[in-house]
Amino acid sequence: MRPLTQEETNTFFDKLSKYIGENIKLLIDRQDGTYCFRLHKDRVYYMSEEQLKIGSSAAGECLVSIGSCFGKFTKSGKFHLHITALDYLAPYAKHKVWLKSSAEQQFLYGHHIMKSGLGRITESTEQYQGVIVYNMNDLPLGFGVAAKSTLACRNCDPMTIVVFHQADTGQYIREEDTLT
Amino acid sequence: MASKQTVVDSILTTSPSIPSTTVENAALIDIDEGLLMSSNVVHDLKEFRQNTETVLKRISRDATQVLFNSLWQLPVEQVEGNYLITLPEIKMWLPREKPVPKKKPLTKWQEYAKGKGILNKKKSRMVYDEASGEYKPRWGYKRANDDTKQWLIEVPANADPFEDQFAKRQTAKKERVAKNELHRLRNIARAQKVKVPGVGLTPTENPSKDHLSKALAVAHKSTASIGKFTEKLPKEKPSKFTGKKRKFEPSIGNLMKEKEKQLQMLEINAKKIPTIDVTKATNRALREEERSKTQERRPSKKTPKKLRGKKAALGGEKVRKGGGNKKTRGKRRL
Repeated sequence: MRPLTQEETNTFFDKLSKYIGENIKLLIDRQDGTYCFRLHKDRVYYMSEEQLKIGSSAAGECLVSIGSCFGKFTKSGKFHLHITALDYLAPYAKHKVWLKSSAEQQFLYGHHIMKSGLGRITESTEQYQGVIVYNMNDLPLGFGVAAKSTLACRNCDPMTIVVFHQADTGQYIREEDTLT
Repeated sequence: MASKQTVVDSILTTSPSIPSTTVENAALIDIDEGLLMSSNVVHDLKEFRQNTETVLKRISRDATQVLFNSLWQLPVEQVEGNYLITLPEIKMWLPREKPVPKKKPLTKWQEYAKGKGILNKKKSRMVYDEASGEYKPRWGYKRANDDTKQWLIEVPANADPFEDQFAKRQTAKKERVAKNELHRLRNIARAQKVKVPGVGLTPTENPSKDHLSKALAVAHKSTASIGKFTEKLPKEKPSKFTGKKRKFEPSIGNLMKEKEKQLQMLEINAKKIPTIDVTKATNRALREEERSKTQERRPSKKTPKKLRGKKAALGGEKVRKGGGNKKTRGKRRL
């Protein structure tokens, strides 16, 4: 377990800012204690100072997970967000997409979101903007990337993909063994 | 002998179905006695399509028959009641069993020369030796112009007069040989992709400044404790020849400092992102331009000339205020 290097922090923050913009500050600078990001086995974990102190007494190989996993660095150095980060992304989300109840299950099974399943979308969402996906009861289901801007969404046929799927809460069941 | 002939005759007469050993078109069949192989080709394709089985049987029998006929033409010897034939050389060579050997990997010099486009100039092997007046090999045993065989060496003007010039030459030669051997071994290691520890420095004729600082770095570490206790000179810079070690911040360090660093990074990154949407801004500018052009073309008769300019300017400002940039507008709506 170690802190992120400058480079890693940059790529990590770049990715995060696609979803929550400058609200990353609120994750780092918290009122209820000191929180930090730590890298362990190529995965980035978000934890409090107490958790860090307890966790660092464990041997590296033995430590499976600590705090909550935000995602992982790929071997080519990119950062991938995991569904476990949703709890921290959802409250600070800049751009949101609401799903109709009929399209909810499709999304939770790992499919992209079609125009027909789109309930609402935040205005001024641009193309390829990271978006958090909610159902109509404002329950966060996952996140993805806007395939079309809000304007382009209005006049496209119902079968076009509007949001690319990236992660959904269904992964907790589907990928139970790999999520940490 | 006679009895044998009668037996053969009787067989031939009693079973006329046994075909003869002669084969039609025997010349068209390829035979390779060395491999005990013969190959026949179907000539009549129409017939072959109609009754494939019989044609195949016929041509394979023909081929086999021709092979055996030709085998009996070879000298036969009898060993302990068995007939033996020594087979001739193979006519049809099979492809090689093992792959073609790989090309030898280039040495470091060859690679460098290739990159630079340096070509090898062919030199003659024999060189004229002035001392003996004969042609002698350029290098090796009994070479021409051999400087180790000179019986007298002039002491150079700036050299120490008591220095043994012969011994100096010998050691120089030995060092060159050792250096060459080292490079040879290194090339082998390089070809096999084995990591070899550096040997520090090899002697050079005219050491450069770089060479000197390298020597210093090597000397620093050439102690029993790998330079741990080597004292540093005042104002000595860290050597650029020692490798950088990968260093990470401690896991439990100063968390406040870490936080501040990250916040600072965020601020810097935020400055990099342009606050205006370029496409939107250009679109607006184009629209305004168009509007002003149309106004110029059709000046309204009602407004006097002096006022017109002011109003237009006011109107322009209004548009800008109302638009705002993308960020502010989003906030207002929320």
